[in-house]
Amino acid sequence: MNKQPSRKEREAALEGIGTSRKRVEDPRFTQGKGNYVDDIKLPDMVHGDFVRSPYAHARIKKINTEAALAVPGVLAVLTADDLKPFNLHYMPTLAGDVQAVLADEKVLYQMQEVAFVVATDRYSAADGVELVEVEYEELQPVIDPFTAMDKDAPVLREDIKDAKEVGGHGPRKHPNHIWTWEAGDQKATDKAFKDADVAVEEMISYQRCHASPMETACCVASFDKINGALTVWGTFQAPHVVRTVAALISPLPEHKIRIIAPDIGGGFGNKVGVYPGYIMAIAATVVLGIPVKWVEDRIENLSATAFARDYHMKGELAATKDGKITGLRCYTLADHGAFDACVSASKFPAGLFMICTNSYDIPNAFVSVDGVYTNKTPGGVAYRCSLRVTEAIYMVERMVDILAQKLGMDPAELRMKNMITPDQFPYTTTFGLQYDSGDYPAAFKKAMKAVGYDKLRKEQAKMLEDFKAGKSRKLMGIGISTFTEIVGAGPSRVCDLVGLVGTFDSCEVRVHPTGAAIARFGTKSQGQAHETTYAQILSTEMGIPAADIEIEEGDTDTAPYGMGTWGSRSTPVGGAACANAARKVRAKAQKIAAHVMEVSEKDLEWDIDTFRVKGAPDKAMTMKEVALAAYSNVPEGLEMGLEAVEYYDPPNFTFPYGAYICVVEIDTDTGETAIRSFYALDDCGTRINPMIIEGQVHGGLTEAFAISMGQIIDYDETGNVIGASFLDYFIPTAVETPVWTTDHTVTPCPHHPIGAKGVGESPNVGGVPCFSNAINDAFAALGGVHTQMPHTAPRVWEHAKELGLVA
Amino acid sequence: MIPGQFDYHRPSSKQEALQILGELGGDAFPLAGGHSIIPMMKLRLAAPEHLVDLGAIDELKGVSIGGNVIEIGSMTTQHELLTSSELSQACPIIQETSALIADPQVRYCGTIGGNVANGDPGNDMPGLMQCLDATYVLESNSGAREVGARDFYNGIYDTALNEGEIVTLVRIPTPAAGHGYAYCKLKRKVGDYATAAAGVILNMSGSTCQSASIALTNVGDTALYAAEASDSLAGSDLGDDAIDRAVSLAEGITSPVSDMRGSEEYRSKMAGVMVARAIRLAAERAS
Repeated sequence: MNKQPSRKEREAALEGIGTSRKRVEDPRFTQGKGNYVDDIKLPDMVHGDFVRSPYAHARIKKINTEAALAVPGVLAVLTADDLKPFNLHYMPTLAGDVQAVLADEKVLYQMQEVAFVVATDRYSAADGVELVEVEYEELQPVIDPFTAMDKDAPVLREDIKDAKEVGGHGPRKHPNHIWTWEAGDQKATDKAFKDADVAVEEMISYQRCHASPMETACCVASFDKINGALTVWGTFQAPHVVRTVAALISPLPEHKIRIIAPDIGGGFGNKVGVYPGYIMAIAATVVLGIPVKWVEDRIENLSATAFARDYHMKGELAATKDGKITGLRCYTLADHGAFDACVSASKFPAGLFMICTNSYDIPNAFVSVDGVYTNKTPGGVAYRCSLRVTEAIYMVERMVDILAQKLGMDPAELRMKNMITPDQFPYTTTFGLQYDSGDYPAAFKKAMKAVGYDKLRKEQAKMLEDFKAGKSRKLMGIGISTFTEIVGAGPSRVCDLVGLVGTFDSCEVRVHPTGAAIARFGTKSQGQAHETTYAQILSTEMGIPAADIEIEEGDTDTAPYGMGTWGSRSTPVGGAACANAARKVRAKAQKIAAHVMEVSEKDLEWDIDTFRVKGAPDKAMTMKEVALAAYSNVPEGLEMGLEAVEYYDPPNFTFPYGAYICVVEIDTDTGETAIRSFYALDDCGTRINPMIIEGQVHGGLTEAFAISMGQIIDYDETGNVIGASFLDYFIPTAVETPVWTTDHTVTPCPHHPIGAKGVGESPNVGGVPCFSNAINDAFAALGGVHTQMPHTAPRVWEHAKELGLVA
Repeated sequence: MIPGQFDYHRPSSKQEALQILGELGGDAFPLAGGHSIIPMMKLRLAAPEHLVDLGAIDELKGVSIGGNVIEIGSMTTQHELLTSSELSQACPIIQETSALIADPQVRYCGTIGGNVANGDPGNDMPGLMQCLDATYVLESNSGAREVGARDFYNGIYDTALNEGEIVTLVRIPTPAAGHGYAYCKLKRKVGDYATAAAGVILNMSGSTCQSASIALTNVGDTALYAAEASDSLAGSDLGDDAIDRAVSLAEGITSPVSDMRGSEEYRSKMAGVMVARAIRLAAERAS
């Protein structure tokens, strides 16, 4: 007889929660064996490509497709006029606006889709695009959002010029105005400012940037004319939402639409919404009856798919003279581009911006956001963050530093003084958010100790002295950010998408007779390694080794309905569904085990992978044995099989938090910044796979570094997009990327089945203000207050010059 | 990012290449690494009907050092320059510069000839070749001629090359033993063109500078030889005043464009910072 494995060996075999299990996705990704959309090649498949606008604002006088149609291989050239009879020339956006699929009479931004050329191969399609002749009449563009609501500003959206509101968010003040969103107690906040000893105000702009996933947007659409069925393979972060939207805007019923998201090469929020390319590939396959592929190139991706940020926030803090913050006010101008294609829950046009009181006990706050149209690409996606959270946290973390400077107080001390203390949890913020748990001071103190904060400040003072004495041209900056994230959207009573479906998520588990299992989810991994981590949750909950559990996502024909992966919601929502589904399986398994062992259910106790009879531990059944019994020997009244489904609607958001500290050295002669060190402490609650968490933090910090130090999608005064290629758009290589030091505390989320809170976006939310505070801190003792991101060498040099530090 | 139609030629001898280029005239473009022309074709900013790939012509490759001259075949790749042990002895600034061009993948394909002949002000070798006072051998099916690097560049993508003519050889006077050298390049990230860059060669006699040569990259329509700045250093002690003077003379000849790399003023000032740093580093290295 085989020796019984020890508990340690059984635990090791499970590879459950807390194990740094190797990513099961990596063998295929690292060997080039992933299956991405562009890998899909179907018989008779043809290719689409766009004619795009060279102008930011122009009337389309005429489109001549004759020469393009004469190119050998070109099958069709579609324009808005071809779509109008089917009412497909506009599509709904997630923000409750509509967006032109192909420009209808007018183009509203450079690179806007004007015509779609379909050809038998990619080269002929591009040749066709070059030969479509479009006659434009240029119109005056609106580029600066601060001029969008000027009296004499040209009206951009003629299609909705009479609409009283957009997306149900209240009256519009101007034809280029989209909505105003307000939260908080304005009167009480105004009073706090009136009574304050000290108040600070600063315009904090968070530049327009782009999530730039490695894989650009793409899809293959295939319509089966015989069965009236449509299949679309695409880079979709939320496949079910795409299916429902497709069913709503097309004559096809939802059961005849199948959306498949295969492997995705990064999303970062850029792949939540629907792009004209998807609609055109679908329209073309329906017309032609053969599969149509559409794949963007890099320049199209950066210049025509959804941007992120572009928030211009006038932040204000009121405080007592000893540094207790008494009020926060923020007025934001949000540049949404030509259509409001912002990804947001339908009730929150400015997302979760009310997280802006952050980790601080701020009694009074009021925020107001105006969304405006400009002649720029639509978007407003949450680039590796929850909706508008990184903007809010960036604003407040900069303002706290600015307040500290005004008070002559160390920014660390000011933070400590205003943090919510552990005894205040559960804590309801002035905006009504319920923070469930946390120990902010402990995390911050741990961070300060780890970096030797006091010693760093002394070193900084010495370097400043040398700089002032002309002995050195270098300045040292110390950046701090302490942040609370809000993720896991979200409770359906407050969150939904497209005003229809709540932001729950789902898991379906089926255990096979031999004790292996398959689980399917409504979420969709884009690199987060769900195949690895979901199996770990199931393993711990069901006692089946993670290696014996297959994880499937992304096919709407097989996966349970879900809202997809964005806003760090997979672990908080999908992970909770996963744990609860597994618990249902285990509960049924317990009944079966009791039946087989002829004891009462209550007499059994769970021992990681085995049900044991209390008091007689040798009398036991492993989950593997129960699985077989589930298909052969179940108690009367219980159905056969071992499976469960959970649709999990979270009772609350989750609130991961962290404390980051960064040290930089600035060469004032060139404006170049060297990142000397970066320490990141994250509390994401229960840690499912520490290695993957660390990887997520490294990736998020690298993106935060990229955003704060270089990424910008800029426009010149006529609306030409600038910097939309990887020559200019900053993607750090291994050479530029700093070394990261990661750390953690663990405060499990009390309302989540396994206490997990989500981590993927924390490093972006906390990282951006940390870098920016470090740059600004370097100049604080020399009169600098705030300089706008991205902190590129020329911008930092200009700042130094403004302060009289360079000749 | 899909180019239009073109024909591809891959001659195996210089003779054959010159003949094809001569026959096709303006419809053909030589391919000498392709890191400028191929992206331009993909963007449909360039649409040559014929690409003539010079990559298979062995007689255009290699480094030879003899007497007072270094000869480098135009199709020698940056990678080959970097791994040439003779070059590291005779003229290390070439390797210092090559190592700052793009990234390893590009350097396996990119050639010295392609870099100097294209007339892109962002390329590093045109400035360096002016700093070294190199001469280019130009050949076509009607013969050969020589043009100094300092006379070769007329404007953006505008050089002394005639239709059907290619650079076949770069000839560099070997710098004196013990010369000081430095190529300092400010760039946003690995792989980028210079915000500003400066190459400096110094010949020292004790603590006195006998002669100096300074050239600038990407701060004008062409790479620039800073003649006055170079001359101003001769006879000086390379002290702060001398360097300040050279810097200001060098800045004076720049006319950069404002772009994502910085404003005109910034890029001009950075040319000065690179000149100062290169002079100091070159002085340290001189013996």
